[in-house]
Amino acid sequence: MNSRYAPVPTAVAIAIAIFLMAFLIVPVLSVVYIAFSNADGSLTLAHFMSFFDLTLMRESFWNSLYVALMTVLMASLIALPLAYFTVRFEFRGAILIQTLGVLPLIMPPFVGAAAMQLLFGRSGSLNLLLSEWFGFGIPFMEGLNGVIFVESLHYFPFILLNLTMALNNIDGAMEEAAQNLGASGLRLFRRVVFPLAMPGYVAGASLVFLKVYDDLGTPLVLNVTNMLAPQAYLRITSIGLEDPIGYVICFIMVAFSLAAMWLSVQVMRGKDYATLQRGGNSLSKRRLTPMHAMLAYGWTVLVLLLVLSPHLGILLLSLAKVWSYSVLPDAYTLAHYVTVFQDSSRMMANTLLYCGLAALIDVVLGAAIAYLILRTTLPGRQALDFMATAALTIPGVVLGIGYLRLFKGVEMGGAVLTSSWVLIMIAYAVRRLPYALRSCMAVLQQMHVSLEEAAENLGAGKLRTIRRIVLPLMIGGILAGFVTSFITATVELSATILLVNAERLAPMSYGIYLYMQSIAGRGPGAALGVIAVVIVALGTYASHRFIASRAVQIEMKG
Amino acid sequence: MQNEPAHNKVRVEARGVALAYGKTQVLRDINLMVEPGEFFALLGPSGSGKSTLLRLIAGFNIAQAGSILIDGRDITAVPPWQRDVGMVFQSYALWPHMTVAQNVAFGLEERRLSRDEVKRRTQAALDLVGLGEFAARRPNQLSGGQQQRVALARTIAIEPKVLLLDEPLSNLDARLRVRMRHELTLLQKKLGITTIFVTHDQEEALTTSDRIAVMDQGVIQQVGTPTQLYDSPANRFVAEFVGTINLLAGSIESETAATAMFMSPDLGRFSLPRSGDMPEHGPVQLLFRPHAARVRTAPDGDDALWIPGTLVTREFLGESVRYGVETRAGMLIADRPHLSGEPDYAPGQAVHLGISASQLRVLKT
Repeated sequence: MNSRYAPVPTAVAIAIAIFLMAFLIVPVLSVVYIAFSNADGSLTLAHFMSFFDLTLMRESFWNSLYVALMTVLMASLIALPLAYFTVRFEFRGAILIQTLGVLPLIMPPFVGAAAMQLLFGRSGSLNLLLSEWFGFGIPFMEGLNGVIFVESLHYFPFILLNLTMALNNIDGAMEEAAQNLGASGLRLFRRVVFPLAMPGYVAGASLVFLKVYDDLGTPLVLNVTNMLAPQAYLRITSIGLEDPIGYVICFIMVAFSLAAMWLSVQVMRGKDYATLQRGGNSLSKRRLTPMHAMLAYGWTVLVLLLVLSPHLGILLLSLAKVWSYSVLPDAYTLAHYVTVFQDSSRMMANTLLYCGLAALIDVVLGAAIAYLILRTTLPGRQALDFMATAALTIPGVVLGIGYLRLFKGVEMGGAVLTSSWVLIMIAYAVRRLPYALRSCMAVLQQMHVSLEEAAENLGAGKLRTIRRIVLPLMIGGILAGFVTSFITATVELSATILLVNAERLAPMSYGIYLYMQSIAGRGPGAALGVIAVVIVALGTYASHRFIASRAVQIEMKG
Repeated sequence: MQNEPAHNKVRVEARGVALAYGKTQVLRDINLMVEPGEFFALLGPSGSGKSTLLRLIAGFNIAQAGSILIDGRDITAVPPWQRDVGMVFQSYALWPHMTVAQNVAFGLEERRLSRDEVKRRTQAALDLVGLGEFAARRPNQLSGGQQQRVALARTIAIEPKVLLLDEPLSNLDARLRVRMRHELTLLQKKLGITTIFVTHDQEEALTTSDRIAVMDQGVIQQVGTPTQLYDSPANRFVAEFVGTINLLAGSIESETAATAMFMSPDLGRFSLPRSGDMPEHGPVQLLFRPHAARVRTAPDGDDALWIPGTLVTREFLGESVRYGVETRAGMLIADRPHLSGEPDYAPGQAVHLGISASQLRVLKT
């Protein structure tokens, strides 16, 4: 802070920068470079020409865009009313809605996708009932519809949570001032309330776009291959690491992800609309009329049922002896769990090892970056934050392909790097670093710097102050970051699928995917899915507890 | 826009207004008459109900009993957006997604005025508060004082029948607050809009307002001009809230046509001139302001009540010096104007405080 040259922070910053360069920036740049270069290294646009010459590629390009945009639309339609109910009305269902906000996130969409086929597919439970009673079916799960349906139900919470927070942060006086000047009803909403909540909506919507555009597991499990992420995967795994089209796809995916992020930053720029003052009132809440209450509860319960359906479906599937062309399974068994524990305990152990190490790397890097950014004046420290956060916009497929390409033939300790588990673990660490970083930043931001200055004033050096004051006070955020990184890594599939090249190295997420490929494997796959969901649910609960105990600490401090 | 201020002068009236949140009674039987064109202050500590009453007039709260009348018309059931009552919020509530001009134009657009009219009146309102140059800025590019003026411009642009100000100066620093309150009074006189001003700052209320209602615990304690409140407070709360006071406890023992005999357990008996609302006998308190007490080393005259004591504190306030004197009747405060030639006193010194009978007010206890 006060010294012009700080050797320790500088060394730490350089070490982090090298790690991020090696495992994020260079792999991605190498992918981009190949997309634009000939075999002899000269620059060319020819690969892009051949990409757009292929009908399948053009189709995939538009399909990915269509699916991502439609999912944003559907997710908005689900989330907007829910957010509005919670903020605007004295609504007992608010707690239900909060549950809704977490439930989908504890199960990755590709796990639920198979179960959704059985519930909403052409010969799934709902369509069987519909055709029996009314003589028609609804093609929820046909082709792209299925991807949109599954992803909307999974990702709407991002919009719900961001929008609710934005609406809650609006000072009630903003609305009252508009009423005082003559605005009411829809005009009031359109001219004042919605514009103020817009940044929150855009943040959520762009995140949904990003996640859906990059998702590989869901289309693969639903057997939809005419989209970009599956095509990138298929080109590289079937044609080979030398196929330039795969790299063109990667470049397009990165470009669209960055564009979505850039757009949301542009919309948010200079619009820190959290107008609520300390102790101010938020938007006024109204009582629901009986008619509105019915609508609100009806919508909430319907969404809750839909959101729970993959969970229920996967549970049923894991317990079903036979489930085919029937509304519910014909007979139940625990055999799938037995199979899974016999055959796949290695996968569970792998998951614990990879995700545990990755989460550990994440909190160490996250805490260090947070400290460097918030507590030092090191030049270029913002670049660390930028690089770490950019990991959010890099699709798992792209990172996986980048690693395969960049570390091809590299040996470490006698083993080829690309055929060991180390790269899988590092891919997890890089992809989940933004979560741990945000968590550490949040807790350090809330910590007043005078707490550290007091320690220094009493004779503690920088390192001792960090050890005795900063780390103990940050521990809640660090633990929350660890858990978030861990559980989200548990269900990572897109980089995993590329980097696993032997079954003994496979983690659970890969196992679920493998099982789901065959009809016979669906039962054990579902059982493994249930186990993953339980791990994630426990982890989510734990991280909420950490955050809650941290809130208590901070309140005591204040 | 203010060529004929007289026509929009209206009377605001509250009749038997009561409001409770659950079991907490926030306003009890409020009856109030604000005269046309008056600058009227609601003064009280936080939680006294003054802001609630203001929001009731704006239509943001709904009273459980009673009614609000503007110009004789009952508006209790009229929603906020149809009341034509302009309000300046404590936080200003400027919309950050609009420019200054868009903020000011908002109410005019809601009134479906022609584009030209909106433009003209927006500019006029901004010019009136001296911010004509700032139309294209965003609220967060302005200082606190400028934001306050924009909030004011936005409200007066719609030429409301009544102007409500909710602690409009509380977010400004001390020096700016004094200047803004001066500008506010000038503007109000110029426009002639009936104005109701909520504040917890007695100095602000005394300096700006034509009349003041002092509120405490949801009840109006007293309504009067600043001078009336200061000189003849109705009760101890008003006396303490409006200025600094000294109190002497005792009782009225007997009285004649012109005088009353006051008995203090600490200071003995002395006679007071009779005044209108003095009780015939029983416990009372005598009140006097610090500047009404003379500080001397010994009593110099029979016209006053002399209280001996020891000077314990001395605060230099610039235009005056404030002494704390420990007496048998407790600690009393006396102010001496700081003029050259006046004698000064130091802590530890024995002094006498002299208060003329005419400066003593009797408060029922």
